[in-house]
Amino acid sequence: MPAIKCRVSGSIVLLVSAAYFLACGGGSSHPSNTIVTSGSNVQSITVDSGPANGYANGVFTSVTVCVPSTSNCQVIDGVLVDTGSYGLRLLSSAGGGALTVPLPQQMGSNGNPIGECAPFVTGLTWGPVATADIMISGEKASALPIQVIDGTFAALPSECSAFGVPEQETLTGTNGLYTNGILGVGPLVQDCNQCTQTGSANPGLYYDCAGTTCTVTAQALAQQVQNPVASFATDNNGVIVELPYSSNPSPSVSGSLVFGIGTQTNNAVSNATVFSISPNIEINTSYNGQSYPAFVDSGSNAYYFLDSGTTSLPDCPSPNTSFYCPSSNQNLSAMALSGGASEKVSFTIGNANSMFSSPSAFVFPTLGGPNTGVFDWGLPFFFGRNVYTAINGKSTPSGEGPYWAF
Amino acid sequence: MQSATGTAVREYVSASGTVFAVAWKGAYQPNLKQLLGSQFQQYEQALKTGNGRASRGPVTIRLPNLVVQLGGHMGDFSGRAYIPDQVPEGTSLESIR
Repeated sequence: MPAIKCRVSGSIVLLVSAAYFLACGGGSSHPSNTIVTSGSNVQSITVDSGPANGYANGVFTSVTVCVPSTSNCQVIDGVLVDTGSYGLRLLSSAGGGALTVPLPQQMGSNGNPIGECAPFVTGLTWGPVATADIMISGEKASALPIQVIDGTFAALPSECSAFGVPEQETLTGTNGLYTNGILGVGPLVQDCNQCTQTGSANPGLYYDCAGTTCTVTAQALAQQVQNPVASFATDNNGVIVELPYSSNPSPSVSGSLVFGIGTQTNNAVSNATVFSISPNIEINTSYNGQSYPAFVDSGSNAYYFLDSGTTSLPDCPSPNTSFYCPSSNQNLSAMALSGGASEKVSFTIGNANSMFSSPSAFVFPTLGGPNTGVFDWGLPFFFGRNVYTAINGKSTPSGEGPYWAF
Repeated sequence: MQSATGTAVREYVSASGTVFAVAWKGAYQPNLKQLLGSQFQQYEQALKTGNGRASRGPVTIRLPNLVVQLGGHMGDFSGRAYIPDQVPEGTSLESIR
């Protein structure tokens, strides 16, 4: 499958990149894509500074949540679109977030409130599990468990703090989330398969809270915080993130989050290559002849891969030690692999310190950083590519999920 | 070794018997407090200091004598911590994973 694709899918499409014609004529090396902008399954998304200003490479959208079966609803803007997690998490107004509508608390079998500790790489989210009707574009998930991020809910249990990442419970500040929430639309349905177990095999994400004292509890899959897309009445087998090609830092770019894969005329897989996902929720990527585990994640804000010893890309000095700082842009390539599928991915890594020095720029197509022996194809990978995420166990015209296709 | 939740944790020991690195990979993060021992607070403080722009993604924290890296996404976490001074000569950091 060639790295450069030329396709027109759907009836109403917007030609995003002027370079599209060049690419189809064979003159350009960067990807170009067409972005669907209308349909009851199309939600607009924007990469910009986010609701708290200062976010680098965050892709945001708005979500409507309602007290189930009522018209008591609230539109929450500035919610991060994350294909690397599962379920909706909204920052409460107690932490400076937008959420004020009184969503009902989920109760456990013994009548106590249920709380969740959800570890992410940069921090964990803690707070009650609530129930909401969720509406995005023309789609709706009814009475679904979501997480309300609220540090005032109860004392952080020791099992939760032992994950070793700090609690993120405010919009801004040192450990700020800088988003009003996280919309997890990744390739799984629930956020913790092993949380149905008791004893030491339970990783400690769900808690039964008597007063302010919380103890680890087993949580049935149906009661877990979960990917709202899987519960939509239609277009429920996955999502497509569509963002235009971009090469230089800029204030913002806009695109679409399309629900469903092959369910409408505007969401066919077309000529994208399908990469099936392993039980570890990974594919592979080879770089310089060596194969590494890999994943595709709109919620990671850079290309995170290998280390400076392997790539010869110098790490940035403090405080940007999580990013690379080459003296000039470096053009690299790797092969995305899974089963028999493969596709060459060309990408460019620039100097993070230079990028961040522009105060009005929040879109960074060449942002990269070191990782732990894993290839994390973060948001810059999405620029100029329509990236499909098919949900575990759901059928699509290109086979059953989970897979990524691009 | 393996944590109770199935996350594989590897210790790297030098010829002289010193543990110079640990690495982990699995669906759930291991108990970092236990793994990093006395260095945990130092690490947590550095993480809280942040990385300039607000961001989400893998983190690399360089303390005076400890490097900690965390990566992954929900359901698939990986990480490593190593003491740069004690990594035996000729050992590729890429092999600590």
